[in-house]
Amino acid sequence: MAEDRSPTVLRIDGGREAGIRRYFRAISAIVWKDLAAELRSRELMSAMLVFALLVILIFNFALELSVRSVETVTSGVLWVTFVFAGTLGLGRSMAIEKDRGCLDGLLLVPVDRSALYFGKLLGNLIFMLVVEAIVLPLYSLLFSVNLFDPRLLLVILLGSVGYSAVGTLLASMAVQTRTRDMLLPILLFPIVLPVVVAAVKASNAIQQSLEMATIWPWLNLLIAFDVIFVAAAFMLFDFVVEE
Amino acid sequence: MAAGDANRSMEPMPILLKVLSGFSVALFSVALYMVWFYAPREVVMGEVQRVFYFHVAAGWVGALAFLVTAIAGAIYLLREESRWDLLALSSVEIGVVFILINIVSGSIWAKPIWGTWWTWDPRLITATIMELIYIAYLMLRQGIDDPRRRARFGAVYGIAGFISVPITFLSIRLLRTIHPLVFGGEGGSLAGSFNMEPPMFLTFMISLLAFTFVFVTLLWHRYRLQLRAEQLEQTKMKLLLE
Repeated sequence: MAEDRSPTVLRIDGGREAGIRRYFRAISAIVWKDLAAELRSRELMSAMLVFALLVILIFNFALELSVRSVETVTSGVLWVTFVFAGTLGLGRSMAIEKDRGCLDGLLLVPVDRSALYFGKLLGNLIFMLVVEAIVLPLYSLLFSVNLFDPRLLLVILLGSVGYSAVGTLLASMAVQTRTRDMLLPILLFPIVLPVVVAAVKASNAIQQSLEMATIWPWLNLLIAFDVIFVAAAFMLFDFVVEE
Repeated sequence: MAAGDANRSMEPMPILLKVLSGFSVALFSVALYMVWFYAPREVVMGEVQRVFYFHVAAGWVGALAFLVTAIAGAIYLLREESRWDLLALSSVEIGVVFILINIVSGSIWAKPIWGTWWTWDPRLITATIMELIYIAYLMLRQGIDDPRRRARFGAVYGIAGFISVPITFLSIRLLRTIHPLVFGGEGGSLAGSFNMEPPMFLTFMISLLAFTFVFVTLLWHRYRLQLRAEQLEQTKMKLLLE
């Protein structure tokens, strides 16, 4: 698709390599734009963080988490927290684009639309990872569990990639509907559930320090879903932003 | 132009559709008769096992309907002709109903065999998620006014949501589950499994065929209704503009 859309642009820039460099520059420009806006306003990140802490707080009362009982539910509580906070971030990050007419501007940029998708995906992923990076140590402090296992961090990274991949696609759809904030979780949760289930199962197995033989199937599943979801969203994104 | 539209909306039901409707009713009656009177009573489970024939057939129709939606959605994205979108929508509506039949009939079967209406088993969960995805599909469409955007988003969600169908199908083959696997597995030890005798197999095949015909018939009727609704909408808009 890239070839038939911007052949002239490629030629002006002197060939294919420049086109590829241009593509990555567009992605990084979008990511940078999101980060810079967030650094100045800090509204998205602070909302996600406060929300995440509130979810953990509610879980604490609902499940009567104590240092002893927390072991078995940690991965579940963490993932529900990430998923809820993630939804908040995704909805907001796309609503900003839509409401201030920024999306129309981005669509006019003469690069492939998928650059826009990957840019937003990376931005959303970074926001989610930052929130997770703050929630994780806080959680281990509050409930005295050790969460610093590189395998667990890998699972969280993979899970977040899959989640943001589907989330970015569906959030760009949801913001263009009448019932946007209500609709996003309803659209997103059932589709992204395979990723979340695999991530929870893998995290749980790691938490309970089971041997790698039980962790691998879930990890493989997680990677497979990541690949499927990124590829599907990459192909479908064009149709979602087209006007 | 207006007269042409009026003529088109008066268009009689195609002969083939009439024949198909009659045939579906007849075939369904045969299937019903076979399920009740021809298929032998299962030794262990008794009469309730007869739920099996329609339970699996309804699940099959649901999966088939969602496949039709995904394919029609893909064609819509390529061609942008609204009839493909109407076909996809019609198919989802039917699929949602049949998966509901599938879940409810499974529940009726589960009560005496597993001793509970519902259990958190991978198969039951994946089927429910599938149902929720397509209910979300209908809600997504309700939230969009512009018909072209509605069609495009519907197509995208129908394609993305289709991943739940193979997951549901494979869930009893890959995961540890108490759901019986009647075909191609050695799930003989699970509660609810049974060996299929030839009359049972024949009854099952006829049920499957009957449900497939019912699906095609319903889809065609629903599609025609959607086309009419669209024509009505266009006529209304035209009258409003005049």
